[in-house]
Amino acid sequence: MESLLQSLLGDNLLTVVLYCALPLVFLLLYALLAILGEVKISAWMQDRLGPMRTGPWGIIQPIADVFKLLQKEDITPAKADKFLFNLAPFLSFMSAYAAFAVIPFSSQYVGADLNLGLFYLLAISSLNVAAIIMAGWASNNKYSLYGSMRAVAQIVSYEVPAAMVLVIIVMFVGSLNLQDITTAQSGPFWNWMVFGGPKQDVVLASGEVLSASWVNLIFLPFFLASFLMYYIAGLAETNRTPFDIPEAESELVSGYHTEYSGMKFAMFFMSEYANMFLVSAVVAVLFFGGWNSPFGVYLGDAFDAPWLVAVEQFGWLAFKGLFFVFVMIWVRWTLPRLRVDQLMYMSWKVLIPFSFGIALVVGFLVVIL
Amino acid sequence: MPKSMNEIFDYLNSLFPEAALQFDEAVPCVIVPAALIKEVALQARDDQELLFDTLMCLSGVDNADETLGAVYHLDSMTHRHKLTLKVIVPATAPHIPSVDRVWRIAEWHEREAFDLIGVIFDGNSDLRRILLPEDWEGHPLRKDYEVPEFYNGMKVPY
Amino acid sequence: MTESMEVLKAGIASGRLKTDELVLNMGPQHPSTHGVLRLELVLDGEIVVKVIPQMGYLHRCFEKHAENMTYPQVVPYTDRMDYLAGMNNNHGYVLAVERLMGIELPERVEYIRIIMAELQRIASHLVAIGTFGMDIGAFTPFLYCFRDREYILDIFERTCGARLLYNYMWVGGLSHDIYDGFLRDVADFIKKFRPTVVEVNNLLNYNKIFIERTANVGVLPADVAVSYGCSGPMLRGSGVDWDLRRDDPYSIYDRFDWKVITGDGSAGTLGDCWDRHMVRVWEMEESCKIIEQALESFPAEGDIASAIPKRIRPAKGEIYTRVENPRGELGYYLIADGSANPFRLKVRGPSFVNLSVIDEISRGHLIADLVAILGSIDIVLGEVDR
Repeated sequence: MESLLQSLLGDNLLTVVLYCALPLVFLLLYALLAILGEVKISAWMQDRLGPMRTGPWGIIQPIADVFKLLQKEDITPAKADKFLFNLAPFLSFMSAYAAFAVIPFSSQYVGADLNLGLFYLLAISSLNVAAIIMAGWASNNKYSLYGSMRAVAQIVSYEVPAAMVLVIIVMFVGSLNLQDITTAQSGPFWNWMVFGGPKQDVVLASGEVLSASWVNLIFLPFFLASFLMYYIAGLAETNRTPFDIPEAESELVSGYHTEYSGMKFAMFFMSEYANMFLVSAVVAVLFFGGWNSPFGVYLGDAFDAPWLVAVEQFGWLAFKGLFFVFVMIWVRWTLPRLRVDQLMYMSWKVLIPFSFGIALVVGFLVVIL
Repeated sequence: MPKSMNEIFDYLNSLFPEAALQFDEAVPCVIVPAALIKEVALQARDDQELLFDTLMCLSGVDNADETLGAVYHLDSMTHRHKLTLKVIVPATAPHIPSVDRVWRIAEWHEREAFDLIGVIFDGNSDLRRILLPEDWEGHPLRKDYEVPEFYNGMKVPY
Repeated sequence: MTESMEVLKAGIASGRLKTDELVLNMGPQHPSTHGVLRLELVLDGEIVVKVIPQMGYLHRCFEKHAENMTYPQVVPYTDRMDYLAGMNNNHGYVLAVERLMGIELPERVEYIRIIMAELQRIASHLVAIGTFGMDIGAFTPFLYCFRDREYILDIFERTCGARLLYNYMWVGGLSHDIYDGFLRDVADFIKKFRPTVVEVNNLLNYNKIFIERTANVGVLPADVAVSYGCSGPMLRGSGVDWDLRRDDPYSIYDRFDWKVITGDGSAGTLGDCWDRHMVRVWEMEESCKIIEQALESFPAEGDIASAIPKRIRPAKGEIYTRVENPRGELGYYLIADGSANPFRLKVRGPSFVNLSVIDEISRGHLIADLVAILGSIDIVLGEVDR
């Protein structure tokens, strides 16, 4: 992909910027789709129609929403800490977007093919915490402060089980590179991690050979549990129901973004949606084969068109990611919200011990097999 | 055993012989001197014959004859009988002992009567205005109440 | 540095680090105060130390208005108190005037009133259940409840032209007779409505998270409930078997066979938020039973206006009448002085009385629990402030 751009535009700054901006284009389109999905899916679940006035079946509602947000007055409370108040939404979105650098969208495109991809992912997505506490503190509003304190406690708590699950996968694959993890799962869907990992030998991009066999089926229950734990932790990290305690509408009005309006609110909104896709994409990459086709074959191979393969791979990742975003929306409109102490209980007394236990067992199995 | 209001009056009269309780046949209700209302209320709640465990309603009333009153509607869930107590005090010194320790709900009812009628319940732990703003002047449900023209510089529209 | 270390050591020695208390104003504009209630919360971290309710933002001088209106003119004002249960409010008021005047009502009027009052009770409970779910964070059951409430409001609209503020029950009668097909519509509604209870039970009431959030929260012991004068689902949730429809019968409730629902503490402690909530859920079923029986023995003939007096001017006297509103005991203390206007009309609103207990039962809980407690009390600010 990079070489394609270089051949088209030459080796200059524009190429690099374009290369970096590609996920942003995707993200903006995805955000529109997700907003529409949220309103429409919730409407169908709740036995109503949802927006119907803007375009056929209201499909241009998200664009109208964006215009509404653009037109809104940008209010900074008089007693807010202006610098931090203005910085927080951008930092929040930045941390969400920067994490997309290591997501392999296809075998041809990954923003930064880092060897420490998962480390980078953990580190950069934690920046969101700083943005949230900045927003809560700078707003000079008690609800915001409560919301941000809850958010920080929650995100920091759930980072631990999430990181532990990542360790499990890393132990199995032997690489922190997300592209490698995806390659390890190539072939038909039973090679996906959630089904116990690859059943045949795989050559990684780095030249290593990952030997595997049907014995790997023994990993299935552990990886299935890890997948569920990671998804739950991911729900908590993105502050989605049933873990939407930091912005619990009925308690804290709107949590840390109570005082935000207009585009700054939209930035927080965008970062929430970006984080939703990020978590979904990581779930897809770690457990559901990333950009791998579930059938192990691509239409592009039949026509001998590598560009079609890349597009298909991107399509599969987007499909898997969007499916998990859909599940998040589904969960949101079904379940009530937990309480602060129950949330902490869930993380420290359930998820963390279980994830450590699974890590131990998987570690043993990897060594033995 | 449920008792009629008459029987309850006779019983209360025997407990408080010097209190000069009166019985108003027309309503019917027992008229209690202001100073004794708390004792009568306690007796009515705790006496095994009466057991008035619920204060259904406490209303302040302006009787339009220079007197204010408080009306206590009592109910016994155990014996299933009811009692109405009335206290009448002069409008110039409308002091009634509070019964908010007898029935906890009395606190808010008394605040409301204080707010709207102006009866002062001595001993109420939190006698503030409850429905009207704290700096409102006068007690609107008095018969001689006149709507002020201005409140905090704002015209009071009516 | 050393000083703060001293404080830290002292805090650890006392077993508890003392922090400053924070005063948080919840409301009057807040999503879960169910209107314009303001709660002054004194908080220690997330823990509620004290709750001071501040009411009056919706005070519309109902009692003052009533003194300046004729008796029939007061009826529309009663609708506006508990605007979710207009029929029940009408019922209580007209009952007070009728008792004062000694009016005997035609059978048909009584039956229509009972059906209307019970439909209204279902509608009101549906709102209570839905909004309680929303307070806990579940949005979807709210809309299922409102969907079914619409059917009831449609029936009301076809009967009296209004969906919320009916002015339907008049002293001695009703404003309109029922329309053709009313009985069929009501029977249809009950058939459609029963599955909703199952649906909401599955989606919300027996959801593990919901039970975790509401069981053992805001426990109201029976003696405290009685002392605070709590009534309705609030009192029954604490296990007190008390319903004015049965224990102080009015209208024709004594003719029907139904049972009073009380909380049993099956999810946690007796008298917790879940009990109060479930009392409402099962009470809707009992209301359905009453309506079904009323439909069976509904008098085919009758004049709804025959008992409406030409001149409503009760003789000197006073009366305290109470009816079972969806929220509890709605009392009207009416003093008549022989003129065309009430001399004094005091309303004992169940929301007002039930709300007074909030400080007692929410101390030591978390903010999230306070929201649950407030939702389970089910207040309507129109009635608290009158």
